[in-house]
Amino acid sequence: MSSRTFPPMNGRGLRALSIATVAAIPIALALVFFYAPIEAEEGFLQKIFYLHVPLAIVTLCGFVLGGLMAIMHLRTRERNWDLRSYVAIHMSLIFGVGTLITGSIWARGSWGHWWVWSEPTLVSFLIIMLLYATYQPLRFAIEDPERQARYASVFAIVAGAFVPLNFLAVRLSTEYLHPRVLGSSSNLPPKMAFTFLVSLVAIALLYATLCCYELTAKRSRMLLKSRSRTLGFQ
Amino acid sequence: MTPLATAIPGSSNNGYVAAAYIVFFAIVLIYVAIMAIRLTRVERGLRELNERAETPRDGATQGETRQDGLGEDDAHSQARERETV
Repeated sequence: MSSRTFPPMNGRGLRALSIATVAAIPIALALVFFYAPIEAEEGFLQKIFYLHVPLAIVTLCGFVLGGLMAIMHLRTRERNWDLRSYVAIHMSLIFGVGTLITGSIWARGSWGHWWVWSEPTLVSFLIIMLLYATYQPLRFAIEDPERQARYASVFAIVAGAFVPLNFLAVRLSTEYLHPRVLGSSSNLPPKMAFTFLVSLVAIALLYATLCCYELTAKRSRMLLKSRSRTLGFQ
Repeated sequence: MTPLATAIPGSSNNGYVAAAYIVFFAIVLIYVAIMAIRLTRVERGLRELNERAETPRDGATQGETRQDGLGEDDAHSQARERETV
């Protein structure tokens, strides 16, 4: 590529992913509100389940993914893996905020409280969020790019390993108030299960699309800066 | 098996459901808006860079042909085309 040409802001893959996301979200919403049956105990309030649970699953998977990408960065020393790890964690934080807010709204409607401190699932998720809330301050406190990437990767790996351990610990704890979705105790009717799966796919697609846009924007900005320096404009 | 309602329950909780979905889409919308602003800034930066790169080389690059057979002007117009797609 010539030093005076600049990369396109998007590609065919990103466009296809965006179209799939834009198609999946209305389909999921239609299934949630017009196809899935209403649950007897919680009634219409249970519809939050199709948003809150996929958000939580995608958030936690994103954190783990960030850790795996950080491992790749430490193994290969390629800057791209660090960037991917950063974007995965950054997006998971945003989705995590959505999970906490939708969860609180559901708790308020279902239990009459915005937050229940004795509920292990809620508190453990908050602990994970607070842990990852320190990722960006840690990262941007280091000026040297090499060191920044290395330290951030170590953090992402340790915190990423903590996520499944934390999930297992909560699962194994005896005090349950939180509704179980996945596992032996979950017996969703087929219509509910199908709607849940479509919602999960839609949220995962949204996550992937936003990650790709964020990556493209970051790469473009980095390239812009490096080109500016190369051409002596900075 | 999760019990299903035989009749449509009262609508006292509809507000919570609406609030949850609205909050989520508001978060996504705010994020997309921030992203759009940042991308606009990058595009403006690219445009300025292109303009500044063109200025000092105007005289020197007239008729100059690159290895891929494209003149500098062609390359710039292609780059600009890709930038706005």
